[in-house]
Amino acid sequence: MLKVKNLHASINDKEILKGINLEIKAGEVHAIMGPNGSGKSTLSAVIAGKEEYEVTKGSVILNNEDLEDLAPEERAHKGIFLSFQYPVEIPGVTVTNFIKTAINETRKAKGLEDLPAKDMLKLIREKADLLEIDRKFLSRSLNEGFSGGEKKRNEIFQMAMLEPKLAILDETDSGLDIDALKVVANGVNKLKSKDNAVLVITHYQRLLDYIVPDFVHVLHNGKIVKSGGKELALELEEKGYDWVK
Amino acid sequence: MDLKEKLVSSFLAFENKGGLDLDSNVHNIRTKAIQNFEQEGFPTKKDEEWKYTSLNSVLKHDFSLFPETAKPVGFKNVKEYLINDIESYTLIFIDGVFSSFLSDTTHDDCDVCVLSSALTRPKYKMVVDNYFNTIAKNNNSLTDLNTAFSVEGAFINIPKNTIVPKPIQILNFSTGSEKEVMLQPRNLVVVGENSHVQIIERHQNLSKNTVLTNAVTEIFVHKRAIVDYYKIQNDTENASLVDSTFVSQKQQSVASVHTYSFGGKLIRNNLEFYHEGEHITSNLNGISILNKKQHVDNHTLVNHKFPNCESHELYKGIYADKSTGVFNGKVIVQQEAQKTNAFQQNNNILIDDGASINAKPQLEIFADDVKCSHGCTIGQLDESALFYMQSRGIPKKEAKALLLFAFGNDVVEKIKIPQLKTRITKLIAKNLGVSLGFDF
Repeated sequence: MLKVKNLHASINDKEILKGINLEIKAGEVHAIMGPNGSGKSTLSAVIAGKEEYEVTKGSVILNNEDLEDLAPEERAHKGIFLSFQYPVEIPGVTVTNFIKTAINETRKAKGLEDLPAKDMLKLIREKADLLEIDRKFLSRSLNEGFSGGEKKRNEIFQMAMLEPKLAILDETDSGLDIDALKVVANGVNKLKSKDNAVLVITHYQRLLDYIVPDFVHVLHNGKIVKSGGKELALELEEKGYDWVK
Repeated sequence: MDLKEKLVSSFLAFENKGGLDLDSNVHNIRTKAIQNFEQEGFPTKKDEEWKYTSLNSVLKHDFSLFPETAKPVGFKNVKEYLINDIESYTLIFIDGVFSSFLSDTTHDDCDVCVLSSALTRPKYKMVVDNYFNTIAKNNNSLTDLNTAFSVEGAFINIPKNTIVPKPIQILNFSTGSEKEVMLQPRNLVVVGENSHVQIIERHQNLSKNTVLTNAVTEIFVHKRAIVDYYKIQNDTENASLVDSTFVSQKQQSVASVHTYSFGGKLIRNNLEFYHEGEHITSNLNGISILNKKQHVDNHTLVNHKFPNCESHELYKGIYADKSTGVFNGKVIVQQEAQKTNAFQQNNNILIDDGASINAKPQLEIFADDVKCSHGCTIGQLDESALFYMQSRGIPKKEAKALLLFAFGNDVVEKIKIPQLKTRITKLIAKNLGVSLGFDF
């Protein structure tokens, strides 16, 4: 599904990614772990198409299509979803209005009509229940004044609504207590299928107890220095990142 | 002959035109006003209050002062500028002349009619003598100019204990019957104790010709009365507007003036609130959305003279292309005005490099037990918010529009007439160049 080939990317002429190779197949869960500053968030932002980053070499290919020239929204329309480490607060736009706009813009890009209001409402309720989200929460301004847990839950709610092919969860566990972590992980697991894939980016092993990866990659200084099965995460937890450097 | 000389010398012609009671108190006021104007002339950028707004480009035209209404105007020509889906009283003026054919006035429970008739009818003499030009006087030369030629406009006189059942729409159209026209509408609004009225005002150029409107409105709000006044400024590129509004409030009254500036060549809004009692609330709300080389200047004043009053001021601006904005918010809290709550906020977004805003909060506080705040921001669209929205599939253009919409939304939320709210929302969407997939 996703092929990252020899990806080099820099911001303000500083090279952050120095040749990443990664292949994710449908139905798989991959985890990328690494110390702070290793390039984890850069990798997720580059896959999602953030314009500040310049891809200097290599490519990101989704279902045989090179994403190079696609804007972030076009990548989203093709099925890439990035759950933000720090979701942005947007005062004045409610959760409901935001997700409606996102859904209908995605449908428009696919040549579909807007989802009828009734169906939209039903879908919103269904997905909100999945993530144990209070209905009142849906009429609040997006992320404004949300707790860390509410923000992350809202990210996964949007993921549930948009049904992406590839979901990238960037530090989704940060700012979550254990109960919220379970709800979020449970949501992700329910959305998982043989047709989609998940890329979990995390500093700690904790989240991987709940979203169990098929593959774990260790990122260090802009390169994947080690790959393995889920046991690699446990080993890292025990021995620390110095072990792989 | 420059415009000032032309205006001064036209005053004689104005007097000789007939229809004016030259011995009246009002005419006495007019005569003094033209003398003041002759002395002061038009304001220039040397005046502190006009530092950022130059009238030069507007005043160079050879304006006709008493335009002929040659072009017939029917309902179909003006329909789209009315809020049509509500019952309302309407006062429609074509090139400064009242159109009884297009208007819907009343004298039943309250008077919704025209100044020209109020000035000549004995039954309104007392109202006119008590209120006319009592708060607009000695303000500035443009107000004097309006006073000198004041003969027509809305006259709204609400007796006490009256809830006016439907909003009043005041529309001033110019037809372009002459190439360059100057209009001087003058409105007088008196709202009695415990009464409530909603007013929507609009100036609209129906042609491509040049128009300068120099409007003055005086509003008197008696004890416990409530007034909501909405100004829609969405005129053509050749229309300029100087709009001066003066509000005098008695105790426990609530007066709100909302100003939506979306179009016009140059707009200068002078909005002044004077308190004449305790427990008064004054609300000042505004949104400006400009592009091209448009210019809007919002000059506001709230003069707190009595204790226990509050004022809430919220102005937002979105400036694109080479448009320019000015916000000058003056709040005076006099020594006697203890326990005043005065809040002022002015937020601006500059979309393009060529756009600019000059913002000047001006607080003069002479009382010591007060709560006053002011905040002023000038920013650009939040790039991280844009990326966030894009990553959810919302194209950049729509994401920008949504952010701008959200930015102005708290001002729109204050509109109390739902149909007007819808109209303003649509106007904003149109100005931002997007169609929105949902209602706010």
